[in-house]
Amino acid sequence: MKKLVYNINKALGLISNAKNNYATEAAFETKPFRLHNLEQGPGTNVTLTRDDALKFYNQMHTIRRMETSAGNLYKEKIIRGFCHLYSGQEAVAVGIKAALRPHDAVITAYRAHGWSHIMGVPPLGVLAELTGRQSGCARGKGGSMHMYTNNFYGGNGIVGAQVPLGVGLALAAKYKGTDGVAVALYGDGAANQGQVFEVYNMAKLWDLPCIFVCENNGYGMGTSAERAAANTAYYTRGDVIPGIWVDGMDVLAVREAARFAVEHCATGKGPVVMEAATYRYSGHSMSDPGTSYRTRDEIQEVRQTRDPITSFKEKIITANLVTAEELKTIDTEIRSVVDEATKKAKADKEIAMEELTADISSLPLEQYIRNISPFDPLPHKRIGEAVNFK
Amino acid sequence: MASIKPSSLLNLASRTLNRRQFSFTTPAAAKQMTVRDALNSALDEEMTRDDRVFIIGEEVAQYDGAYKVTRGLWKKYGDKRVIDTPITEMGFSGIAVGAAMAGLRPVCEYMTFNFAMQAIDQIINSAGKTFYMSAGKINCPIVFRGPNGAAAGVAAQHSQCYGAWYAHCPGLKVISPYNAEDCKGLLKAAIRDPDPVVFLENEILYGVQYPMSDQALAEDFVLPIGKAKVERPGKHITIVAHSRAVETSLLAANELSSKGIEAEVINLRSLRPLDFNTITASVAKTHHLISVEQGWPTAGIGAEILARIMETEAFFQLDQPAIRLTGVDTPMPYTKSLESAALPVPKDVVEAAKKLLKIK
Repeated sequence: MKKLVYNINKALGLISNAKNNYATEAAFETKPFRLHNLEQGPGTNVTLTRDDALKFYNQMHTIRRMETSAGNLYKEKIIRGFCHLYSGQEAVAVGIKAALRPHDAVITAYRAHGWSHIMGVPPLGVLAELTGRQSGCARGKGGSMHMYTNNFYGGNGIVGAQVPLGVGLALAAKYKGTDGVAVALYGDGAANQGQVFEVYNMAKLWDLPCIFVCENNGYGMGTSAERAAANTAYYTRGDVIPGIWVDGMDVLAVREAARFAVEHCATGKGPVVMEAATYRYSGHSMSDPGTSYRTRDEIQEVRQTRDPITSFKEKIITANLVTAEELKTIDTEIRSVVDEATKKAKADKEIAMEELTADISSLPLEQYIRNISPFDPLPHKRIGEAVNFK
Repeated sequence: MASIKPSSLLNLASRTLNRRQFSFTTPAAAKQMTVRDALNSALDEEMTRDDRVFIIGEEVAQYDGAYKVTRGLWKKYGDKRVIDTPITEMGFSGIAVGAAMAGLRPVCEYMTFNFAMQAIDQIINSAGKTFYMSAGKINCPIVFRGPNGAAAGVAAQHSQCYGAWYAHCPGLKVISPYNAEDCKGLLKAAIRDPDPVVFLENEILYGVQYPMSDQALAEDFVLPIGKAKVERPGKHITIVAHSRAVETSLLAANELSSKGIEAEVINLRSLRPLDFNTITASVAKTHHLISVEQGWPTAGIGAEILARIMETEAFFQLDQPAIRLTGVDTPMPYTKSLESAALPVPKDVVEAAKKLLKIK
């Protein structure tokens, strides 16, 4: 296999032996995809430009650093409540986003920090939202599970509820006559929810351009996939809906699968189910050490042999797309950006008390909102842009 | 032929209201409209006015609506804008909410609000709270509508009133209309509103005709959400109600009138926001208050009204404690005589008013 790749690269004249003479493009081979109700699937021969190599590395590394910082902030008790980290799953968000067009929509559940960033929220917007301060992307009012930005609908706290919402986004795209698709993400735990099957049915019935993505990290909180699902082949659970299984630790494989899915949906062929086999290093949330239901050896093994960032790094250095020094520079830059954002997220102020009763309705019908006692009602304020107001 | 007495008219009226789809025509038939037709014309007008408005629910398209509220709309607007769903409330409610988040204007129908319990997470957690959680970024312009409360002979699981449940939640607007004019003006307002609105109709009233003013028949007739209407002015006692209980209260007011008691009947129209100012102004005049509703007493709409009276200056306006008339605190029986005894009727309101006013 390696020899084949080498020969392809050589044939394409891309390999250079001269130092500092980068390849501008390289070819790689992914693990095979598993298909369900599909004659043909994504190809396993993928190409990667130097620019994309740098971009994907940057994106994944930023998410990793950001999540590590979030973990630390939580341990310092500066982040409260729930905090579900994405570390280990970076390739899924980065790979899928690489295949999306600007008008495509995404919705996910509560393990949303990585997705929020990839959809456009800068590290400060994520971290300050986690610390509940005013530079948070929702001014601190949403917290870990409720981050939003353009074409990104959260960040949802109720397991499974985001999937029907995602199908609604797909319906809207079709209704408006764009070729936009909607990506609705959920975990292996949520994959057993009744409402998911209800909307599999409707999405298929009505040919809606929805890409269902099951981020299968092997565990629904403390319950392994095998203990929760009679059928753990989540990419087949859409029944008559075509399905693709992809190695979620390989950003290029994910991108290829996502490209296939986007093409399928955007050309009116109806929904697709994608199962990305991935892994989370942390527990379910910061309250879960993550070691009572799996061994430390298992976690170590994934880190050492299948880490999405390390394996990608090796690949792109070996293919001479980038140098180790370049990546080191990027590392340093990202560290500085995330450190700066962390500092700011800690020091920043909370929003003013008057925002307690701000933006309850986009068209408030009453000037005053009832306070704790009947004696001093609070004025309702309107601050946000209400994107669907007109 | 016997002369028509007020009591026999009253009788006819109450029998009429207990029969589905019976149209009570009067000489001025051209200016009467059933509640069903009022809802239908509101939907039709709003779908013409705004391309983004679509209807989604069970049997709304090819069946013309389980209660015929959407009759003719599928034929006129087609598959894209009137969508029949499988029997999957949680799923299609979520789809409707997602479509609203993406900027469409869905009208999500529940065959009855009893079935909306399956979808209540999407109504409250997705539709109701997202605007606040997103710090005012993503508003959700959706209408959830359908029959609410008791019908006739449909037993316990099909007879619950959800007014109090939805009115409890910030982020939602809740409407409980009474007559044809209410339904037309308020459904149009609900569809145009940029926030999630729960629109609680009443199955028994669908077939009842009510007079419609020229203004109400016009195309841009919109009523304000959150404003009550004084249906009948009076000076001795205030009766406040919503939906079918308004009818009950009006009939009681007629009966009381023959005894020299002039009751002021307030039609709430909306449960959230609740127009407390109209109630206060009335109580300042009459000094007596009865709240009438078909829902259960515990933590109900009447409980909310009485609590607010207690907390404000209106308390000092009362000459007697305010009371609530509600559905009996029991699941709804199928047995006809028991069912009749489970909901307030005009006689209950009359007796309560006389008691408060200390009249025999």
